[in-house]
Amino acid sequence: MLARAANNLYGMSRHIERAENTARMLDVTYRMSLLPYRVLEAGQEWADPWALPLVITGRATAYYERYSDVTPDKMLHFMVLDSTNPSSIYSCIQSARENARTVRGVITSEMYEDLNELWLNMRDTDYPQIESRGVSEFFDWVKLQSHQFRGVTFGTMLRDEGYQFIRLGTFMERADNTARIIDVKYHTLLPSAADVGGAVDYYQWSALLRSVSAFDAYRKVYRDVITPMKVAELLILRDDAPRSLHACMNEIYDILRELCDDSQREAERQAGELHAKLHYGRAPQIFDLGLHEYLMEFLEGIATLTEEISKDFLVPVYPSDVIRALTETQHQNQLLSLSGNH
Amino acid sequence: MNKSVEDKVAPAWFNEMYDDAGVPRKHYVAYAEWLASKPLDFMLQKQQEADTLYARQGITFAVYGDETGVERSIPFDIIPRILRPGAWKKLSDGCCQRVRALNAFLKDIYHGQEIIKAGIIPEQQVLGNVLFRPEMRGIAVPADVYIHIAGIDLIKVGYDSFYVLEDNLRTPSGVSYMLENRKMMMRLFPDLFSRIPVAPVDHYPDVLLDNLRAVAPRGVSNPTVVMLTPGSYNSAYFEHVFFAQQMGVELVEGLDLFVADNRVHMRTTHGPQRVDVIYRRVDDDFLDPLAFRPDSMLGVPGLFSAYRAGTVTLANAIGTGVADDKSTYIYVPDMVRFYLGEEPILQNVPTYQLGKPDDLKYVLTHLPELVVKEVQGSGGYGMLVGPSSSAAEIEAYRARILANPPMFIAQPTLALSTCPTYVQSGIAPRHVDLRPYVLSGKTVSLVPGGLTRVALREGSLVVNSSQGGGTKDTWVLEE
Repeated sequence: MLARAANNLYGMSRHIERAENTARMLDVTYRMSLLPYRVLEAGQEWADPWALPLVITGRATAYYERYSDVTPDKMLHFMVLDSTNPSSIYSCIQSARENARTVRGVITSEMYEDLNELWLNMRDTDYPQIESRGVSEFFDWVKLQSHQFRGVTFGTMLRDEGYQFIRLGTFMERADNTARIIDVKYHTLLPSAADVGGAVDYYQWSALLRSVSAFDAYRKVYRDVITPMKVAELLILRDDAPRSLHACMNEIYDILRELCDDSQREAERQAGELHAKLHYGRAPQIFDLGLHEYLMEFLEGIATLTEEISKDFLVPVYPSDVIRALTETQHQNQLLSLSGNH
Repeated sequence: MNKSVEDKVAPAWFNEMYDDAGVPRKHYVAYAEWLASKPLDFMLQKQQEADTLYARQGITFAVYGDETGVERSIPFDIIPRILRPGAWKKLSDGCCQRVRALNAFLKDIYHGQEIIKAGIIPEQQVLGNVLFRPEMRGIAVPADVYIHIAGIDLIKVGYDSFYVLEDNLRTPSGVSYMLENRKMMMRLFPDLFSRIPVAPVDHYPDVLLDNLRAVAPRGVSNPTVVMLTPGSYNSAYFEHVFFAQQMGVELVEGLDLFVADNRVHMRTTHGPQRVDVIYRRVDDDFLDPLAFRPDSMLGVPGLFSAYRAGTVTLANAIGTGVADDKSTYIYVPDMVRFYLGEEPILQNVPTYQLGKPDDLKYVLTHLPELVVKEVQGSGGYGMLVGPSSSAAEIEAYRARILANPPMFIAQPTLALSTCPTYVQSGIAPRHVDLRPYVLSGKTVSLVPGGLTRVALREGSLVVNSSQGGGTKDTWVLEE
């Protein structure tokens, strides 16, 4: 298929998945912020739960250009509705719909109509509406819309190459975002060392599990109290949890094995390497290295793979001077729009 | 100007559905009975349903210069426009004849220029026209087809009389609405189609693809056809998507194509793939920055060189604009006689050329009665409709004419026929025109139908979608 069409399909599903995960991340932040304590001593303002999404998505600089302090209202506005923030839910849905519009002949009309309607609803949403509906309810709505679009895609689209690129986008974005959501806990300070394993700690881990719809799964799998080691195992190493890093890499590796031809083996190799680390990894090793360090290394691997996929499939370069010059500009734009937001 | 012709087109609106006594015409009887049996509420509900469906499906066009947004749904009217089989036969024969003559004209002016030598068209009219492409001289195009897709704008002024308003030979648009409108009507009123024998139009994309494959470069047995669009911000993008999808071909932008070894390729996820036929919706000027406008980002560097080498077919060919220019229009009946040795089946609207002193003098003294257009304008932009313009507007336009008279033509305000249309106050007559689409390649043919455009404002004669016009489904009855 056309490289540009593949690029738009891939971008479309990444943007939708990102909107969903941003909603999840904000939701866990919101839940943590409801805890009956605050760590707001001098010099630790960044540890305010509401500042976390900024740290995690790398949008802190952009935020502080606009606002001088962090408040729930301002944060929600910035991360949900701000059209100038490319990571906001609004921007993600707008971009997904723009991608879909460009390739609406390649997707089914049901998919386009679903996404078009989502965009029209998002466009008409303002902050008072979100407040009156309830913040968590709004995030649930975003998640549900993402589920619905995935369902429409699954139920209507031909299982062709385009379908594979849509799935590839979904799982690349999800792998990245799940890693970032787990990392939230790293940034969340406990009031004191004595609180490790205490009520606050428990509440934070359970909020994190809920944010990736894994709380019930945890209970089912472990039938035990919540411990960091097991949470990490569930969300990183177990491949039966649908949002875990391992589950995502299973899909990505399979898709790339199918998509790659002989000149495109590097993407497949990189995916295989990331997959193997998860497939054969053990939780204690992760904690030996440090959870945060482990996640950072994984995110780096995902970023490199993103570039390789872009180069091999989505924005291929052929030896023609004019084309090369034009492509380089486009290539940079694509990379910026797909991976530069975090 | 012939006086008798002027009389024939004097304003007295012809209503296509009802005769002067208010009785439905014969070919409208079945529909009129059905309509009479439906309460107005029912029609209102159907109209709302149609509007909702069009908005949800995102069937849109863009209005340039409109700040409120890039996309807008084109208004659709739920009352069909119906044509008698006999009228359609004449019209369809006339359009095919016209396209054959125009195609012969293009081949001629880019080769032997016999029509100029014969003194039928002034040399300056052709060679001095900015739309004439000297680069095309001597280039052979497959099967000698220049005009693969033509949209012929017609108006009806009486029971059996159609006039050709203009020819669209570059990248005529709107045909997706012909197909979408039919789909919508069949969805809204399935029972009507079992009562009334309406000729189908949905095979249009198949006929188009068949014709495009037939004009592939020599020696290509299984040609790859693509559709070239300027991109998703183009006003007709929906239509580009629609046809690529209906024909099952790739929708490409300039950046998706590149030329190597004088052959055109598209960039796919698995390397380059040869392209043989390009149905392009990009204007000549933007096709190739190396040959035409160097600042074009929409085109493909080297495309013209490949085209000249005959390794790729462009539909329509480059340089067709010289034949649909409003100042060339007046010569089309002569082309029919010259190339085909036939009498034109369809008539032109009487036209004044403002480059001629006599015509200019007449037009300047009769501006309030006339329609004045720019020779190279399109889409209803930059025209003056005398009867519906204020004195100040007329004076401003007069100044524009005087600055460069040859840039304008004028026509009498035509008595465009009306069709009953669903409007706020109920069902009322509104002016319509008709654009059927002529396809050439293997053969020259039309599918039985076209795009009927309707001026939704009461009394308005401007039907262009860019000027607030709407569309109707067009029914040609089976014999």
